[in-house]
Amino acid sequence: MTQTLSARAPSLFEEVVAETSGLGENLNTCIQCGTCGGSCPSGDDMDHTPREIFAMIREDMREEVLTSNTPWYCVSCYYCVARCPQDIHITDIMYALKRKAIEAGYYQKAGKDKAPEFSETFIDFVENNGRSFELGLATRYHLRYHPLDAFKMATGMGLKLFTKGRMDLIPPKIEGIDQLKAILKKSKELGGEA
Amino acid sequence: MKFGYYPGCSIDRNARSYHISMMAIAERLGLEFEEMEDWNCCGATEYFAINDIPAYTLVSRNLALASQQYSGEKLVAPCSACFLNLKKTDHVMGEYKEINQKVNTALEAGGLAYQPGTVSVHHLLEVIVKDVGLEAIEEQVKKPLYELRIAPYYGCMVPRPADMESFDDPEHPTSMDKLLESLGAIVVDFPLKAQCCGGHMTQISEETALELLRRLLKNADDYGADMISTLCPMCQLNLDAYQGAVNAHFGTDYNIPVIYFTQLIGLAFGIPENELGFGKEIVSAKPALEKISDEAPQEKKRRRRPGRRTGLPMPSMPEEG
Amino acid sequence: MEEKKEKTMQKEKVGVYICHCGTNIAGTIDVEEVKNWAAKNPNVEVSRDYEFMCSNTGQELIENDIKEKGLTRIVVASCSPHMHEKTFRNATERGGLNPFLFEMANIREHGSWATNDKEAATQKAKSLVNGAIERVVHHEPLEKIPVEINPNTLIVGGGIAGITAALELANAGNHVYLVEREGTIGGHMAQLDKTFPTLDCSACILTPKMVDVGQHDNITLLTYSEVEKVDGYIGNFEITVRKKARCVIEDLCTACGICEEKCPAQVVDEGYGAGLGYRKAIYRAFPQAVPGYPVLDKENCIYFQTGKCRACEKFCPTDAIDFEQEDEMLNFNVGNIIVATGYDLFDPRRIPQYGYGRLENVFTSLEFERMVNASGPTGGHIVLRDGETKPEKVAIVHCVGSRDQNYNEYCSKVCCMYSLKFAHLVHEHLPETEVFNFYIDMRTPGKGYEEFYHRLLKEDTHFIRGRVAEITDADHQPGEEGKLIVQVENTLLGKQQRIPVDMVILSAGIEAREDAAQVANLFKMGCDYDGFYNERHPKLAPVATMTDGVFIAGACQGPKDIPETVAQGGAAASQIASLIGQGTMMMEPVRASIREEDCSGCRICNNLCPYNAIEYDEEKEVSKVITALCQGCGTCVAACPSGAIDGAHFTNLQVMSELQGLLWDVQPAPEKVTA
Repeated sequence: MTQTLSARAPSLFEEVVAETSGLGENLNTCIQCGTCGGSCPSGDDMDHTPREIFAMIREDMREEVLTSNTPWYCVSCYYCVARCPQDIHITDIMYALKRKAIEAGYYQKAGKDKAPEFSETFIDFVENNGRSFELGLATRYHLRYHPLDAFKMATGMGLKLFTKGRMDLIPPKIEGIDQLKAILKKSKELGGEA
Repeated sequence: MKFGYYPGCSIDRNARSYHISMMAIAERLGLEFEEMEDWNCCGATEYFAINDIPAYTLVSRNLALASQQYSGEKLVAPCSACFLNLKKTDHVMGEYKEINQKVNTALEAGGLAYQPGTVSVHHLLEVIVKDVGLEAIEEQVKKPLYELRIAPYYGCMVPRPADMESFDDPEHPTSMDKLLESLGAIVVDFPLKAQCCGGHMTQISEETALELLRRLLKNADDYGADMISTLCPMCQLNLDAYQGAVNAHFGTDYNIPVIYFTQLIGLAFGIPENELGFGKEIVSAKPALEKISDEAPQEKKRRRRPGRRTGLPMPSMPEEG
Repeated sequence: MEEKKEKTMQKEKVGVYICHCGTNIAGTIDVEEVKNWAAKNPNVEVSRDYEFMCSNTGQELIENDIKEKGLTRIVVASCSPHMHEKTFRNATERGGLNPFLFEMANIREHGSWATNDKEAATQKAKSLVNGAIERVVHHEPLEKIPVEINPNTLIVGGGIAGITAALELANAGNHVYLVEREGTIGGHMAQLDKTFPTLDCSACILTPKMVDVGQHDNITLLTYSEVEKVDGYIGNFEITVRKKARCVIEDLCTACGICEEKCPAQVVDEGYGAGLGYRKAIYRAFPQAVPGYPVLDKENCIYFQTGKCRACEKFCPTDAIDFEQEDEMLNFNVGNIIVATGYDLFDPRRIPQYGYGRLENVFTSLEFERMVNASGPTGGHIVLRDGETKPEKVAIVHCVGSRDQNYNEYCSKVCCMYSLKFAHLVHEHLPETEVFNFYIDMRTPGKGYEEFYHRLLKEDTHFIRGRVAEITDADHQPGEEGKLIVQVENTLLGKQQRIPVDMVILSAGIEAREDAAQVANLFKMGCDYDGFYNERHPKLAPVATMTDGVFIAGACQGPKDIPETVAQGGAAASQIASLIGQGTMMMEPVRASIREEDCSGCRICNNLCPYNAIEYDEEKEVSKVITALCQGCGTCVAACPSGAIDGAHFTNLQVMSELQGLLWDVQPAPEKVTA
């Protein structure tokens, strides 16, 4: 854990490491080789490659980093982690950057607001039912944020999945939902509500 | 052999054929999968994007329940994301004290506790190839999948469970290849076998997702695969349900069914298609299944695209020699 | 025992000297505090601190105090004994004391350099000084033991390092046994085409030296041979070498090559040929091989496998083929040993995403060396694996297996330069072909090296800064069909690129030999974390090892280019020449001795001794140490159930007293174990 010893405000690097609860600690050993950026399946669509993001973190370019679309294009495929010559936990750093961007309210500036909305809708279901719910997720997410897509979804692929018996109509719910809610409530106090 | 079973949300509905076929072959192989009681969602890749301690906590409730409900049996997850989240949470809790402490404090609010290292998490493919073994599989094969050309697709999280050790090579896995070969099928070379399907990108940036899917479909098609064999509900959904969208977007004409490896094992065991969940796929497997021949192919299985006769010796590959 | 106990009752007068070493020690350790604290020890007569104890003035402090204050024991707390033990022993001797009445406490490497915590470092310094004081009062005067140096030398490994060392020693009139595992000397350098940065032909500069070795009166060349056993110590090692049966009678063979021509068994040449070409079952690695007679590879010989053939025997004009030949064991004595066993090339099959072994037009650097060599399997033509097609685009991938925690963390040092050389050779052989070099950092330190890089820049090589992520034949987009696609982040552009090429060369790194640990064990050397042999000191004793009389040279110590390797071969030879010149060497008097009266005759020590230095006296029924053979390793001292063996300078009393001194501040409570 990197703790700031002086009175100065923590640097972005220190914040990111803290946000990963230690998993991102060796980010400062990045040798800028670009293995991550070369390996990334969605690297083409990122406005900065992961390598650039790490250089920007070291230079404390807070706004540029947290408004970047890079973490939102991470598909968590772990190629970069498996190949990184410095054993940096890149995927976990990307998750941490997503959380920091949401916290700072920055992600909307990136014009890439679909990802957090999708994640939040997903989690809504999980927190209230203990299970995810594909039909509900798709319809609520699309209706709330992208009504036109919802129409596409309902008439096209969604319909096909439904007729194949691959979609639930009623959200499933676990028995111990109260227990889960209590646990998650406590964990948010400990982890800090995003 | 008895195992704990964590089905995951997809299995209940979207990936029902995975569950059905898994149970059907379990019977033949003498495997018992005891479903965990009152398990909850693993949070997929979504919860970690929002809040990490609750994300670990959500997963750890399952680990805590598993440690109560089972007495040392391995916990099996058929879904890649569930497998990764369960295994990773156990690993991270063991490695990072601060996370372990916070997660257990949260679990306490629900009267639970979890000691990292107690539950041993495994993916279904690992159990089939390691615990059951190919010999036992071969013994059960009644109707070999002769002449069926299959592209074995592993996706990302099973061969590369974050920074943890994998049971197969993270870049070039071969366990499913060998499994399918033992069923009599022709396993085509599939260089993209461990590439990502895009995961939730279909919901976030369809353009990005469709390109990733196109590459996979193109590569399987280049090698003349009749079908893609998968081990993950997310990969199956993306490749199967979005295949039409890929064709519409790129003007292509792919028609490659995406089938769970457990369905193929069941088929080779002689279990009827309707007891294995066939028919639930959007790109129908019917035309591919009709290619299965009763007779073993004459020439030796060819793995690679036909190349020129080489003038200089190729380096030997010890594992394949 | 009685006597010793009495002796300790007399008070010794110890002088303690704490060195500042500039700020190396004093910057972390409160030297004044340690000095004052040490002065309180009842045995201490004088306690001082001084800026540089190793300076003349520092040494004179010791000499004068012995003379003026009648000191009987000296303790210096400073650096590692490897650095200045000799300096202070000499000062002690000049003061008029036996040099072994001195003890050194290492408060720098083991103290001030090990932590930034001043309090902890000071506390540890006190412990180390206290241990040294408690030990030194039990020291006894000792005399060094003279050892005669056998003027013969064993050199293991016939690459350029071993060749250089052998010629240096032999030219100076000393006899050398050069043992080489393969059928010929030459090593990796014989496989190379051109050498960077001057582009001289590797064989042209190597083969004259090989010939010299083969013809030198002072060199016994043992190829196709391996060292099996090493006994003894500096000055007098007993060596056992297995000379493997090559099924060729060396005295009869004229190296005419007919056997090779007639042999019907064709095998991929994994050794010298780097797997790119073929050889016969009876073969010479290359025409200039030294010695010139061939080796029969039994595993691939049709006669040995099926019982039929014997073509070589039939056609040999001098009846030099002997299928019955057996391995021969040779024994000889040498005074010194040089281990120059070289390196293994990193096997890129360990990086599956680079496709080596799966994608046919991915080559290793050594394969390319053979290919571009006029005497290689393609006659020097750069072609694809089909043996015909010229590549239009060639990718050269740096850092394969190097600078990577998944494989080797270190930089292999030579790959940037040889990759540049490859680029140049492609330009030279195929002027129309485009060359792409993928690098992380361009490392060209060396005379004329950076200038060579500039030359390549002018030759229009594409330099792409980025470590290659993967090499695939799975095409995504137009223009990629049928090509190998190199996927990389061009880090200077911040863009992912997919570059279609026809040929990929993997610039694989240098690794310690696969059997380095066993060889290290044989010669009693240490290996570092990466498996390379440890030098005695990283700066000041780069070719010596911790075992006296055993030296290392070349890439077995770590990645090296040819000039460095040659320099090390020469350095090892000159160190040995200096020892031979001295004729005798004074050895540490650290030897074991057995007190007859306490020995129960159990003989446990007899078999444990790694130097066979303990014999059993049947009459007296006790064991005895042969002092001339004992190396003072202490194994018997620790193993003796009766405590009847003393190691001079490492007696039980000395070691236990030191431990007690070290642990002065340890509380009896079990949980507190701070040093």
